[in-house]
Amino acid sequence: MIEIKNLHATVDGKEILKGVDLTIRPGEVHAIMGPNGAGKSTMSYVLAGRDGYEVTEGSVTYYGKDLLAMEPEERAAEGVFLAFQYPVEIPGVGNTTFLKTAINAIRKHRGEKELDAMQFLKLIREKTKALGMSDEMLKRAVNVGFSGGEKKRNETLQMAVLEPKFAILDETDSGLDIDALKIVAEGVNALRSPERSMLVITHYQRLLDYIVPDHVHVLAAGRIVKSGGKELALELEKNGYRDFGASEAA
Amino acid sequence: MAAQPETVEQVRAVTEQKYKYGFTTDIEADVAPKGLNEDIVRFISAKKEEPEWLLDWRLKAFRVWQTMEEPQWAAVSFPPIDYQDAHYYAAPKKKAGPKSLDEVDPELLKTYEKLGIPLREQEILAGVEGSEGKSPAIAVDAVFDSVSVATTFKAKLEEMGIIFCAISEAVQKHPELVKKYLGSVVPYTDNYYATLNCAVFTDGSFVYIPKGVRCPMELSTYFRINQANTGQFERTLIIADEGAYVSYLEGCTAPQRDENQLHAAVVELVAMDDATIKYSTVQNWYPGNAEGVGGIYNFVTKRGACRGKNSKISWTQVETGSAITWKYPSCILQGDNSVGEFYSVAITNNFQQADTGTKMIHIGKNTRSTIVSKGISAGKAQQTYRGLVKILPKAEGARNHTQCDSLLIGDQCGAHTVPYIESRNRSARIEHEATTAKISEDQLFYCRQRGISEEDAVSLIVNGFCKEVLKELPMEFAVEAQKLVGISLEGSVG
Repeated sequence: MIEIKNLHATVDGKEILKGVDLTIRPGEVHAIMGPNGAGKSTMSYVLAGRDGYEVTEGSVTYYGKDLLAMEPEERAAEGVFLAFQYPVEIPGVGNTTFLKTAINAIRKHRGEKELDAMQFLKLIREKTKALGMSDEMLKRAVNVGFSGGEKKRNETLQMAVLEPKFAILDETDSGLDIDALKIVAEGVNALRSPERSMLVITHYQRLLDYIVPDHVHVLAAGRIVKSGGKELALELEKNGYRDFGASEAA
Repeated sequence: MAAQPETVEQVRAVTEQKYKYGFTTDIEADVAPKGLNEDIVRFISAKKEEPEWLLDWRLKAFRVWQTMEEPQWAAVSFPPIDYQDAHYYAAPKKKAGPKSLDEVDPELLKTYEKLGIPLREQEILAGVEGSEGKSPAIAVDAVFDSVSVATTFKAKLEEMGIIFCAISEAVQKHPELVKKYLGSVVPYTDNYYATLNCAVFTDGSFVYIPKGVRCPMELSTYFRINQANTGQFERTLIIADEGAYVSYLEGCTAPQRDENQLHAAVVELVAMDDATIKYSTVQNWYPGNAEGVGGIYNFVTKRGACRGKNSKISWTQVETGSAITWKYPSCILQGDNSVGEFYSVAITNNFQQADTGTKMIHIGKNTRSTIVSKGISAGKAQQTYRGLVKILPKAEGARNHTQCDSLLIGDQCGAHTVPYIESRNRSARIEHEATTAKISEDQLFYCRQRGISEEDAVSLIVNGFCKEVLKELPMEFAVEAQKLVGISLEGSVG
């Protein structure tokens, strides 16, 4: 279980999150929606532990542990996964090498035996097959020259391989056409499980047609101002974020 | 996104490497008195029992050297070197040129063991059943201070007519070859450091691959400076006769000392018709400490001549060590359709300085050259790529492609690119690409979010940056080089 209590965070001295409260139970999928500048991406970075995002107040308890006290790589090893809005390119580093380094770092942290080349290959073949991906993407350098859709699919593959307990999907729909969106959403849905919680951050409702959440929250001006079921997303699609103090229409 | 100050700080911490080869070996040595004059040159020549022609050649070089001045054009700075305050000959006190490993001082063998050099011929010499088949396909020549101490797999190579031995031994056993080729690529008047080397060179490796022979294993030399206040002036000469192929590896280390030591080597390669020489270096001389005290001055002249048609010379270097590196492995593309390649990774950290690059001289028709240079700077290090591509009037259809990439870690280091291009043939095609990048905060965070620690992330990103070059190394070396890239930039954190 993940419990976020009264979370305040600043970036460059400016307060962006102003007291966020949220509880996510295992297996639940929560969506966070909100206008531009509401603090959605800040929230994902704070949870993942990015430098420069300073927590000034509040707590995040992650399966009984103080999440905010951990380094980003420890959080990853404990099962926190962030699917990036803009996946980063790493020239010259093969996708396979990257994934193998990551999974073995995480296994090492957990006291598990590192996978050898053969075991890893077997695992990654299973996962790509399950996601309907081609091996060809594995041979390329991490995200280099990938289309928007390929980058997001690659994030999904990483998630499938690293098997997180808590996945944060930051604006996964951005830069995707409808076909690519469907494919990525299918991949994400395939990873839904009773042990895995997800936090889906999005500006638009359309992603939630494909990844249907259990709960929807509206984040505006650094606070959660309204929570509800999946129907809340439809309501927002109709009325926009104006009711929540957004200066511009969605 | 600009790097956060903490990241810069952390990267600085992880980039302060610990030099793991900083031990010295306690061996009685036979050392020439300090200083440099004609008597010392004669002393060295006499120690090596050299023929008259070689002594004369050394003396000619010495006289020229006395009239020369140190080159000043490189973007490196260091206090003046007192050439009289060094020993020009140091040999482990034991009969030089042992017949088998049994005759090698056990202390020496221990040193090489620490360095991880597979002098596994020991097994074979000791008569271990079946060890020959199991042994790795690398023949090793080990040079300790001034003397070659052991060359492995010699017998096996001799069966194929391949000569792989210490150059001092070659002078005795194959004088006609040495006389024909020594100084034929790098003449004794070439440059200050090369000329000094001609006068006082002590040992090094000699390779001759006869016509049509493909050398079945990697040939390898490990150089080590052990004695204090000694310079190391080794001389390597490799000849690939018509249609021959050889892949040669060179590795270097030195103990950790507070004073600077001079290393001025000369390497000459000669490739005849249809011959290929692949020369790989992993240079890890002691770079000095984090404050810039001590370390090796690596002033080296390496040059290959593609004499024959369709010949090929390929230089691959991974330069992580030395306080100062001054080095431009070059190719003279004389033969029609000959090919020159230069793949380089240079890593400078702390106060290291490197001015390195290559020269590709296109003389023959349809000659081609490729230059890929990857420079990584961290700490307060300064690095310069300096390269010359010269197309002579008769080099019809010559082509060159140069790619120079620099990666900066932190904001106190520098990377500079100085390409010189001279084309005197209108049909030539020359391309030059250069990029400079920083390891971005985004990349580091992305890796860490996937569970990879910051120092492993730096190593992963840098290895990715160098990949094009590292893949040129022979397999056995590639793994070592990858680790070395990691070590140079990670060290132990905190």
